[in-house]
Amino acid sequence: MSIEKKTGPATMAEGMTTAVLCINGEDHALVFPTHHTLLEVLREECGLTGTKHGCELGECGACAVLVDGEPVLSCLQLAAEVQGKTIDTVEGLQRDNELHPLQAAFADLGAAQCGYCTPGILMVADALLKRVPAPTGEQVTEALSGNLCRCTGYNRIVQAVLWAAAMERGDDWRPDETLFEGTALPGADG
Amino acid sequence: MTEERKLRLIGTPFRRVDGRAKVTGRTLFADDLHFPRTAWVKLVRSTVPHARIKSIDCSSALAMKGVLGTLVGEELPDSFGILPVSEDEHALAIDTVRFVGDPVVAVAAVSEDIAHAAALAVNVEYEILATVPDFDAALKTPEPRIHDYGDEGNLHKKISMEFGDIDDGMAQADTVLEDTFYYEGNNHLALEQHASIAVAEDDDRVTLYSSTQTPHYVHRALIKTLGLPPARIRVIACSNGGGFGGKTDPFNHEIVIAKMALKLGRPVKIALTREEVFYCHRGRHPALMHIRTGFTKDGAMTAQHLRTAIDGGAYGSYGVASTYYTGALQTTTYRLPNYRFDGARAFTNKPPCGPKRGHGTPQPRFAFEVHLDKAAHVLGIDPAELRLRNLVPADTITANWLQIGTTGLRECIEAVTAGSNWKERYGKLPPGRGLGLACSAYMCGAGLPIYWNHMPQSGVQLQLDRSGCVAVFCGETEIGQGSDSVLAAIVAEILGIDLKDIRLCVADTDLTPVDLGSYSSRVTLMMGQAALQAAEKARAMIAETVAEHLEVPADTLVFADRRVFRADDPEHGLNFNEAVVVAESRFGTLGTTGSYIPPRAPGRYRGSGVGPSPTYSYTAAVIEVAVDADTGLYNVEHVWCAHDIGRAINPVLALGQIEGSIYMGLGEATMEEQVFRRLPKRLSPALVHKMPSMLEYKSPGFHDMPGMTSYLIETADERGPFGAKEVGQGPLLPVLPALANAIFDAVGVRVDQVPIQPENVLTALQAKTAGKDARVGPKKFPSIDYGEVLRVPTPEQGGDGRAVGDPRAQHAGVRSASGTMKDREEALKEHSSATLTTD
Ligand code: FES
Ligand code: FES
Repeated sequence: MSIEKKTGPATMAEGMTTAVLCINGEDHALVFPTHHTLLEVLREECGLTGTKHGCELGECGACAVLVDGEPVLSCLQLAAEVQGKTIDTVEGLQRDNELHPLQAAFADLGAAQCGYCTPGILMVADALLKRVPAPTGEQVTEALSGNLCRCTGYNRIVQAVLWAAAMERGDDWRPDETLFEGTALPGADG
Repeated sequence: MTEERKLRLIGTPFRRVDGRAKVTGRTLFADDLHFPRTAWVKLVRSTVPHARIKSIDCSSALAMKGVLGTLVGEELPDSFGILPVSEDEHALAIDTVRFVGDPVVAVAAVSEDIAHAAALAVNVEYEILATVPDFDAALKTPEPRIHDYGDEGNLHKKISMEFGDIDDGMAQADTVLEDTFYYEGNNHLALEQHASIAVAEDDDRVTLYSSTQTPHYVHRALIKTLGLPPARIRVIACSNGGGFGGKTDPFNHEIVIAKMALKLGRPVKIALTREEVFYCHRGRHPALMHIRTGFTKDGAMTAQHLRTAIDGGAYGSYGVASTYYTGALQTTTYRLPNYRFDGARAFTNKPPCGPKRGHGTPQPRFAFEVHLDKAAHVLGIDPAELRLRNLVPADTITANWLQIGTTGLRECIEAVTAGSNWKERYGKLPPGRGLGLACSAYMCGAGLPIYWNHMPQSGVQLQLDRSGCVAVFCGETEIGQGSDSVLAAIVAEILGIDLKDIRLCVADTDLTPVDLGSYSSRVTLMMGQAALQAAEKARAMIAETVAEHLEVPADTLVFADRRVFRADDPEHGLNFNEAVVVAESRFGTLGTTGSYIPPRAPGRYRGSGVGPSPTYSYTAAVIEVAVDADTGLYNVEHVWCAHDIGRAINPVLALGQIEGSIYMGLGEATMEEQVFRRLPKRLSPALVHKMPSMLEYKSPGFHDMPGMTSYLIETADERGPFGAKEVGQGPLLPVLPALANAIFDAVGVRVDQVPIQPENVLTALQAKTAGKDARVGPKKFPSIDYGEVLRVPTPEQGGDGRAVGDPRAQHAGVRSASGTMKDREEALKEHSSATLTTD
């Protein structure tokens, strides 16, 4: 789908932009201050508060979303500049009522503690898995190196991404059982 | 629980109850809330570190289109503060600002952009006062005082206490060793910046939603500052995007927006920027420490004298407790028959320090464990062996009157030494490679509440009805640690139902029974006990009626698989919802409650309120490091960490806490520092934060993490629910000293300070090559008058828990209760002689 870049009608208040943004496959007709970031527009105009912020300066990765499939820090991205592009946020990750394998793996492996870094990390990981279906741990670490997490110590996040990748591929690879203290893995039951 | 019951859920890695919401972005953090007509507030913060306010001019701001109003200090005249002894904060500064970032004016507008622009238009004139930048300056500059209270000049708190006789102890030693250490301050850096939204309701009521770990204490601060009856103020803690202690104080911005909401009659929101979070701070106190310990030649400790000097920043916060904590837990890991602690906290013109994961104890723990490593070398005893010889025995009382519960420290040391192959490898690795070991202990909840009262520290209420859904009400606050999951799991376990049959209502001061909050690693134990009690009561009511219904003895009934049935004939039973119907028919509307109060601690001296806990967790860690001797650059290769958790309610969540603690400990050990710089005096008096951003305040990323092997050591302690102890804070403690000790093993140099920068290692290596002291760290400790020493005879000396000459001593005998309300009533009869943390 392509949307022509529009400018506001003559009556539009100065400094405002009107735009149709395609978010998670759905069109949103929006009016917002031109200087507002995609982060602000997602959260404040669209009510899509799943995308978080830890700095609003491009330093933490909490605000990562996908623009045309590539991870973008939405706090550094003007919303007015992503018209005509596809935007994916954490709200679009789930498949109907089923969790995406990344989401299931994060939930079951304890890769989300407070969960505040999680949406950004999930989106970056999703982009990675689409590009590299069978990544190494090193590739996961590299892809996520722009995301901070203060809770988990990162290891479970890497393992969860590898696990999700395996589930997507139909591979029965499982994270090291010491992550579960030798107990049985829970099913990633959505 | 009387009979043996098979556990189905407790101890298994079930998915956390909020897991799905967290991975779908549906968890609502405070900044995710929005109400119609919400106004935005921005705070005008001080640009100078210490000054009198000469004038405030809001006229240009108020003239701007979209600006709704302003607030200044006089409109919120009552002071507040987390501890009753240091209510020294105002929501907005009155007369004096005390650090760069101190809030002065609040501006409300229809949008955040306008509020921001209007805040910039507010003009504040200051009359500059002398800046007190650090502890030394505070000591040397008693005037001008930053506050007009405190123990002396700019020293906020001074403590001196002696348990037993250290002179006598030192005289019995074969070797007396002393060291000086420095621990830099650092920030929690929770990924979520603080945010709050206040909603004015009809008839002078206000509801505050906030990112807070302690809604109950925020409620108390609002009562004090807003002047409304408590019942008209409601505080709801949203899930926190990480806390780590950084959201345990009531904050200026929370009070300001509640007031603004009442003033404007509409919802008011504030979302702090990352820079502002660095000004809220309440992070780790920078600490200078001197430690002197006597050892016999076979490694027993005969006495220890610890002195600490901590830089508190501009306000009290938890500082009095923090000061006590720099000394209180020193006795909980190893036998210390004689112990003296002198501690002092200074006021300085910087953002206030407070509690961060480990509250006041990581600093002296670092000092103690590096000191012990040095002692092991002097004495020629393996560092692991030295520790094993000194372990505090279970179920004993320490020299400073702390009641020890179960301890698995021996097993922890055994696990990490086996995992790292310590015996074969310690001291024997090639140059540049090294192993270091350290241990620690931590509280499972502070024994006393922050303000003295006789009420439960955690309450849980259950509501059951014919649907089979169990609604669980509790004031506990989910900060990412998994408290919601612990609460639900305990109720589900006892009632034999599924986690999905439970509806939680938490952290709401109107709707939920008080739980004091997510701090001091108290929640699993205290809330867990309250939940256990409430669920057992419900189970008993159901069992009684189902037994009658099925005509079987109640004690033959099993609650499992969402059914209540006969143990010997599982077919014979009722579904859980049918069982509730039977009970509801008999008793009417079903509800139960559970309460928890910690057992009475045996200490009776002034200051004995800090340190007691129902029981203590234990941790041991080994770190392997590789050091490049040419550059001082080092890499942490692996961390082995074993934690005595009593019992893991959920091993995945528990291991996650250990890993997160290792991570945070490594951050503090290797890079994190909240540091300040003076601008050139001729240009400005300002003392500014050097790096109030996430980019400049370095914290570890994905690439910085070593391999981690964690062990859960389970020494079930009956004082905790199902035997559980804490795991959220303890495992951070040994990480820093283990790293310093590993660097010594690798290259033979000591860095007696954290963070350990590569240049420190290099400097020490160069000193070593030059034949000088192969050490980097503080060289001297200032002379501080800690005031009159409080002398407390130890249990070994036949003491009764009181200080010598304490006029309040009335009753003799040491007792401690089990933490139930009934025991509490007993204990209360003694309360006249109780000493409060903060008195
Ligand atoms: S909020 Fe965008 S990178 Fe931190
Ligand atoms: S889970 Fe809390 S910041 Fe990552």
